[in-house]
Amino acid sequence: MLCNECKKRPAKVHLTYIIDHEQTVQHLCEQCAREKGEFHFDSHPPFSIHNLLTGLMNLDIQPAAQVMGNVVKIQCVSCGLTYAQFGQIGRFGCSSCYLTFADRLAPLMRRIHGSTQHVGKVPARAGGSIKLRRSIEEMRDHLQNLVEREEFEQAAQVRDKIRELEVRAQNGGDSHEEC
Amino acid sequence: MKSAEGVGLQSSKWMSGSGPDGEIVMSSRVRLARNIQQFPVPFLASDSQLSKVSEQVLAASCLLREQMGDQNFLRMDHLEPLQRQVLVEKHLISPLLIKEPHSSAVLLRGDEAISIMVNEEDHLRIQCLLPGLQLEVALEEANFCDDLLEAGLDYAYDGQWGFLTTCPTNAGTGLRASVMVHLPALVLTKQINRVLSAIAQVGLAVRGMYGEGSEVTGNLVQISNQITLGQNEAEIVKNLSGVTRQVVEQEAQARQILLNERRDRVCDRVNRAFGILRHSWLMSSQEAMQLLSDVRLGVDLGLISEVPGTILKELMVFLRPACLQLAAGHALEGIDRERERARLIRRWLTPQEDAK
Ligand SMILES: [Zn+2]
Ligand SMILES: [Zn+2]
Repeated sequence: MLCNECKKRPAKVHLTYIIDHEQTVQHLCEQCAREKGEFHFDSHPPFSIHNLLTGLMNLDIQPAAQVMGNVVKIQCVSCGLTYAQFGQIGRFGCSSCYLTFADRLAPLMRRIHGSTQHVGKVPARAGGSIKLRRSIEEMRDHLQNLVEREEFEQAAQVRDKIRELEVRAQNGGDSHEEC
Repeated sequence: MKSAEGVGLQSSKWMSGSGPDGEIVMSSRVRLARNIQQFPVPFLASDSQLSKVSEQVLAASCLLREQMGDQNFLRMDHLEPLQRQVLVEKHLISPLLIKEPHSSAVLLRGDEAISIMVNEEDHLRIQCLLPGLQLEVALEEANFCDDLLEAGLDYAYDGQWGFLTTCPTNAGTGLRASVMVHLPALVLTKQINRVLSAIAQVGLAVRGMYGEGSEVTGNLVQISNQITLGQNEAEIVKNLSGVTRQVVEQEAQARQILLNERRDRVCDRVNRAFGILRHSWLMSSQEAMQLLSDVRLGVDLGLISEVPGTILKELMVFLRPACLQLAAGHALEGIDRERERARLIRRWLTPQEDAK
C-alpha cells in the first residue's frame, strides 16, 4: 500500500481517527507522518504516572503495537493523544478520546470497575433518549417478574407500554416529555 | 493577617460543626468530576483554553452563586502561595489545584462546605465537605450545584461511559465519596488491622491520614469508594455509609471495652497527653497528632471535660505548616515552627496563656 499523502513511498504508519463518530484510517509513510506533525505531543506530561493503571493498560497495548511489521497508531484527532501515550499517563486528553479508543476501553473499564455501563446520573441536556432507553430496560425487568409470578393481565399491559416506548425511542425520543 | 479575599484561619463547617456519629466520623466528603465537552482536559489545554474554561464556569455559576449567598471566586494566581496552601490544609482544595496556579480557581461557599475547583485534573471538581456521617446530604448538595452548573455548561457525557473524566478511574458517575474516621480504641485494642482489611475486601479504599505510606497517624483513617462506573450515585453513597456505620459500631464497642476493663490506664493516657499538650515548649506535628487523638478520646469518653471536642479537627488543621505561618505572620522553619506549634496549642487549651 502506498502513502495517502505523497503516493510514492510505502505506507508504514496507519492512523485511526474518529471524526464526528465516523472512523477514518489514514495510511502514511514515516516521512509524511512526521511532516504532518503526528508526533508533536509532549512526551513528558506534567503528571506523575498512575502506576497501577499503566500496568493494566500496557497489557492492552502490546498486541496492537505491531501489525505485520507496520506501526499502527491510534490517535485522537481532537487533542492529539495517542493510545500509547494514554497508556503511559493513564489520562484521557479530551472527550473524543473515549470514542477514539472505544475498542480498547471495555476490557480496561471492566478491570477497573467491573462494569462497562454507566447507570448513574444523566445530565439534563443528554436527557430524553437515554432516560427513555433506561426506563424501557427497567420495564423489561418488571415484565419478566410479572411473567414469573404468572400475573399475565398486568404483564400484557406492561408489554404494550414497552412497545409504545420503543416506538418513541426509534422516533428520536425527544419529542414527548410527558412520560 | 486575615485576607480580605476570604482565605483565613476561620474554621470550616466540617471542622467546627457537629453531625451524625460525629464522635467517630470526623467528616463526610462527596466530589463530582466533570469536564466541558469542547475543551481538552486541563493537562492538555492551552492557557487560552484554560482561561475560557474559567470564564465559562464563572458565567455558568451565576445562578448558583446567587443561591449560595456568601461566596468567593478565588483565582489561585491572585493568592499568596501560603494562602493557597492553607486552603489545601483545610481540605477545601486539592494539592493538584495549586500545581498550575496561573490557570486554576475555586468557588468557595462562605461556610466552606462547598468548594468547586476549576481546572484541576478535570475542568470541574464539585466538592461538598460536611461534619459527621452525612454522605447523603453531601451528595444532595453536590448534585444541586452540579445541576445549576450544567444548565450553563456543555458537559462531556456519553451514554455508556457516563461523565467523561480525565482519568478512567473516575469515569461513569465521576463520584468519589469518602469519610474520615477517628479510631483510637480500635488501635489501642489492636483490632485496627482486622477492621481495615475487612473494609478493603468489600472493594473500598482505605488509607491513613497524614501518615507516611500506610502508617496511621493520629488514628485517623479515610475510607472511600473505588468503583465509579456500573453503580449509581445513591448506591455508592449508601454502600459507603453502611460500611462506615459498621466501623463506627466496632469503634464504639472497643471504646466501651476500654472504659470497662482498662479505665485507669486509659484515664492516665488521655490526661497525660493533655498535660503534655498544655505544657510543652516544642512540638512536632507527628507527636501533636497522637496527643490530640488521645485528648479527643478522653473528651469523647467523658474523662476530660475542660476541652471542646473540636480540638482534634481544628488543631490538626491549624497546626500544619501553612496555617502556622499564616497565624504567625512570617515564615517559620525547623525549631521555630515547633515552638510556634507548641505555643498555639497552649493558647488554644488555656486562652489566658497569651501573656507567657
Ligand atoms: Zn508519504
Ligand atoms: Zn482526545
